[in-house]
This record gives sequence, C-alpha cells and structure tokens, in this order.
Amino acid sequence: MIRLLVDVAARHLLARRRQSIVSLLGVVLGVSFFLSISAMMRGSEQDIIHRLVDNAPHITIEDDYRNPTLQPVSQLFPDAAVQLRHVVPQTETRGIRGYAQILDFLRRTPGLRASAVLSGQALASFAGKDRAIGLYGIVASEYAQVSTIRRYMVRGSLDELEANPNGIVIGDELARRMSLSMGDNLRIASTTGQVRTFKIIGLFHTGRSDFDAGQAFVALKRVQSMLDRPNRINTIVIKLADPNAARTEAARIEQRVRYKTVSWQERSEDLMSALAIRSVIMYAVVGAVLVVAAFGIYNVISTVVLEKQRDIAILRAMGFQARDIEGMFLAQGALIGAVGNVFGIGLGCGLMAGLMRIHFRVPGSTDVNYLAIDWSLFQFVLAGGVAMLAAMIAAYLPARRAAKVEPVDVLRGGT
Amino acid sequence: MAEAIRLEHVTRRLEGEVPVTLVSDASLRIDGGECVAITGPSGSGKSSLLYLMGLLDLPSEGRVWLGGADTAGYGEVERSEARLRTIGFVFQSHFLLPEFSACENVMLPMRRLGAYDDATIRERARVLLGGLGLEDQRDKGPRQLSGGQSQRVAIARALANDPMLVLADEPTGNLDSVASRNVQRTVLALAHEQGRAVAVVTHDPDFAAQADRRVRIVDGRIQP
Ligand SMILES: Nc1ncnc2c1ncn2[C@@H]1O[C@H](COP(=O)(O)OP(=O)(O)OP(=O)(O)O)[C@@H](O)[C@H]1O
Ligand SMILES: [Mg+2]
Repeated sequence: MIRLLVDVAARHLLARRRQSIVSLLGVVLGVSFFLSISAMMRGSEQDIIHRLVDNAPHITIEDDYRNPTLQPVSQLFPDAAVQLRHVVPQTETRGIRGYAQILDFLRRTPGLRASAVLSGQALASFAGKDRAIGLYGIVASEYAQVSTIRRYMVRGSLDELEANPNGIVIGDELARRMSLSMGDNLRIASTTGQVRTFKIIGLFHTGRSDFDAGQAFVALKRVQSMLDRPNRINTIVIKLADPNAARTEAARIEQRVRYKTVSWQERSEDLMSALAIRSVIMYAVVGAVLVVAAFGIYNVISTVVLEKQRDIAILRAMGFQARDIEGMFLAQGALIGAVGNVFGIGLGCGLMAGLMRIHFRVPGSTDVNYLAIDWSLFQFVLAGGVAMLAAMIAAYLPARRAAKVEPVDVLRGGT
Repeated sequence: MAEAIRLEHVTRRLEGEVPVTLVSDASLRIDGGECVAITGPSGSGKSSLLYLMGLLDLPSEGRVWLGGADTAGYGEVERSEARLRTIGFVFQSHFLLPEFSACENVMLPMRRLGAYDDATIRERARVLLGGLGLEDQRDKGPRQLSGGQSQRVAIARALANDPMLVLADEPTGNLDSVASRNVQRTVLALAHEQGRAVAVVTHDPDFAAQADRRVRIVDGRIQP
C-alpha cells in the first residue's frame, strides 16, 4: 500500500522534474545550512563549556560568606525589624578557617577531588622589569588532581614544587615578556612587603594570554609565610566526576561549611545565558531557510494537486480512499524531504569539513584556533528531523485539499 | 441471474442558489449477465445516474442496493472499498494515468486491493490486456496509444479486480466507427460472456440496439 502511494507520488514528481528539482534544492540548502551552522554553534558552545568545565574548577569555596553575618540581636529575633547604627564589623583574618577538616569532609564524597589554594597578588622583578602577578600557593600533588595545568606544562614540571620550596612555575608568556628562562632567579615581593627569590623550575602554556602572562605557582607553605597567613588558605578548588552535578553539590557543601561555594554554572551564568540567546538567534535564522524550503515544497505539491484533479477523480472512482489520496501527496513531501536530506546532509558534511579548516586568532589567545564543529549524531538527526517535519507540514495542506476533492465534481466538469 | 445493482426512487438534487435536480425518482435494476443501455439527450442526467450507481455520488432521496446490500449506511471508506472490489468504471475520455504504462494502469486497482503478489498482478494485467488484443501495447505510455487502444486499456483496468458491475460512460464517444465496433463488442461480451452486470451510456443507436434493455432519460427522469 505505502509502496503504491510512494510509487504514484514519485511519478507525479518525476513528471514535473524541473519544479521538483527546484524545491529539492531548497531542502538541500536548508538542511546543509541548518546542519553546518547548528553543528558549528553547538560545537563552539560545547568548546566554550568544555574549556570552562575542564580548565576551571567545577566548584570553588571562597573565604567569604554569601550573606553578611547577622548581628546577635537579629539572630535572636529573626522576624523583628532591627536597626543597629554605627556597627563596625570585627576585623578578622581573612581565609578559610579549619580547612583541613573541610578537606576531610569533602573527600568523603566519592568522585570529588579537592585542593586547597592560597592566592594573592605579588610583584615579580627581574633585570629591572616589574610585573604584577597572581601568586598561587598550592600543594602540587593535590592541585594536579583538580587542574589541567599539568597538561600545559612545556618545560620542567609542577611536581618539583614539592621537592623544591624555592621553585616557581610561570607561564611562558610571562617568561617571554620578562626575558626569563628555566633556572633563572625571580624576585617576588608580596603585598606584606616580604621579598623572596624563586628559581624557575617549570613553564606552562595554556594559550590564554592573560593566564600565561600573569599566573605563577609556588608551594603553599611559601605563600602562607610570604603573606603572613600561616595555616590559612583562601580557596578550595573542587573537581567532580560529573560536572553537571556542580550546582547541587555546591549547595550541599555551602550548607555544611557556610563559606560561599560557587559552582561553575553560577560563575558563568552570564556566559550561559548569552550562549542560550545565541542559540535562539541561530535556530531562528536557519529555521527561516527551512521555512523558505517548505514554501517550495508547498508550491510544487499544490501545483500537482491542481493539475491532477482528473487523476485524483479517476483513482477515487477506481476505489482509492480519500485517505489514500492524502497519503499520496504526503508521500510527495516525504520524498522531497528524504531525498533533500540525503543530499543536504552530504553537502552539510562538506560545509562542516570546510568550516573545520578555517583558522583564526581570537583576542586573548596566543594560539591559532579552529572552529569547533559538533559532529555528533544528534546534529544530523536534528537537521534531518526538522527538514522532514517542514516538508511534511508543507505537504499536509495540499494533501488535505487533494483528499477533499469530490470526484463527481471533477468528472461532471470533465466529461 | 443475481441482482447486481438496484436503485429505488433515487433522486439527486444539488442545493444552491438555483437548486438543480440531476436525477429524479429513478428506479432501476440490473442483474448479472445483463447489459443495459442508457440513452437520452445531452444534459439529461445519464452520467449523474451512473455516478449514483457507482457510489461516487450519494442520493438525496431513495436507496441504492449493491449486490443485494443497502448502501445507505456506507461511509466514505466502505464506498471506496465497494468500488474497488465490485465496480469497474469506464469513462468517455479513457482517463488513463499519464505517468503509468498501459500495463501499470491495469495493475493499479489490483495493487490497491493487495490481494495478489506482484508477479500475479503483472500476469493478470497481461492476460486482461491480451484478451482485449493489446498484448503488444503493454509497455506503451497512454500518449503512445490510439483512442480505441486507450479505451480498451481503460476497460481492462475496470476489469482488473473482477467487478460484478461495470459502468461505462460513453465508452465509444470519441472513437471512429471501426474502433467503436471493437469496443462495443468488448462491452457486450462483459455481460453476455462473463456474466457481469453492465450499464453503458451511449448516444449510438446501433450500440443501444444491441443491449438487452434500453433506459431512456429525459430531464433526469427515466422514461417509461
Ligand atoms: N455542478 C453542477 N451545477 C449545476 N448543474 C449541474 C452541475 N453538474 C451538472 N449539472 C447539470 O446536471 C444535468 C445532468 O448532467 P449529466 O452530466 O448527468 O448529463 P448527461 O446526460 O451525462 O449529459 P451528456 O450526454 O452531455 O454527458 C445537466 O443539465 C447539467 O447541466
Ligand atoms: Mg455525461
């Protein structure tokens, strides 16, 4: 049955070859644009998120509270309207207190890796040049578990920080700008005024120039003593086995440790919503291409329905049901959609392969970047499915009209 | 022979600004093996009567019995089904589907019925076309056939599902006298040799004379 309807549909289309090809081209272009643009957008989105999730902590615990600590009187009367004037908060040593216990608590969660960091600003001086840098005090073996920095080491290694407390690992961009190389001694002045000399034992290159030019890793103990904060840290960096669980996990941790705990989603909320808006715009644009293609299909099938009134009447007289006639014209839409998909996906793959070869430099990056293309099956299913849906909707209206053709009306006019 | 079709006081009106009565109070019965010629002036309602017999159109009043069954309760699907299995239509201007060859046109109703496999369908189409002297025209497209050949292909297509009732609307209207004779003989044989009930609309008095009965319509009424 279906074969018969498809057969009739195919012959109707083949009889109108030029028109069918034009509408087919519409679908081919629509599918290939949809596919390549969608794959590019999704690819870059995934790339951005990937970098975000991969190269940054999933969760950070900061030495800060989300809400200011309540005064005792407010804690006593939570529902009362309390106003206190001229309150000067107690000066406290910044940092996360009792971080060893917190780390113990955190590490009880399976799949969770955590590392304590003490970071601060410092001034690096070498050969008369000064640069402000961010100093990262880490325990190298722990930190390597929560960071991808090891992957970006170009010289030396991070682990040597454990053996060599006077060692420092810096970015290659900083090294280039300050004419430093491996083994050189770098003077670092902390905000507390202490000055120490560190020996460069490793260089990294992440491709993000701000990071490569402004970040330095040193042993945690050294930073603690330089910043006069023994046994203190100010950040706990966390990686999860499942990055998507970060939001709920962060809430759970904050509940327990009270310190402000930020998931990567929260940190990148602006970016995420920008990405979502970008997706909406992109799908609207490529959707418009498919709408145009759908008009082409609507056009050719409407023409066939008009031209084939007599044939419809004859088929009905032969014993075809109204539903069969409808199916016949829906099959035309499906045929154009399916054939258009085959060529459209072929062309789309070509476009995607072409896009992958385009390279460019983005500001803030020192490396050549390629467009990230999402080659996942989902993209193909999405493009094919949307095109097929558009084709079927475009075919549906004329098909309904064909099904409503009263054979006697046509025969009376014709005979 | 068994009753194939029976109309009981059938009236068909078109409602509208100017109501038109196409057929009024028609009663008619055709049995298997019988060929009835329907004659009358142009516009008298002959085709309209045929569409009512073929369940393509619905009566405004009266009843249509097909093979002894009342069709009043039939829906669109049942009427299509009845046309497919028990009725064969032949029209004046043969109406072959232009995208299909002669043989494929004959195969269409059988494919829709789905009672036979592809090979059987093709073989049956060949036999039908062969029986009408068209074995050499099988694979030609409708545009490559002469009027008489096309009409015989249309007859073969009407016979594809072995219908009990054949309805032919001026099947010889567009043919020269030789081709016309040929088709006439074929149509008569459907009743007399194959035992089908045949209703044939014709303006040709010779053709009408060969039928078993003649029904004359004027202004939508069957003349006594
Ligand atoms: N849609 C319509 N609206 C109004 N009148 C119609 C319509 N269709 C047909 N008629 C009228 O109905 C009458 C019967 O038409 P029908 O086709 O049955 O006649 P006929 O006997 O087959 O004529 P012919 O010999 O020319 O084929 C005609 O007078 C025609 O003008
Ligand atoms: Mg007529």
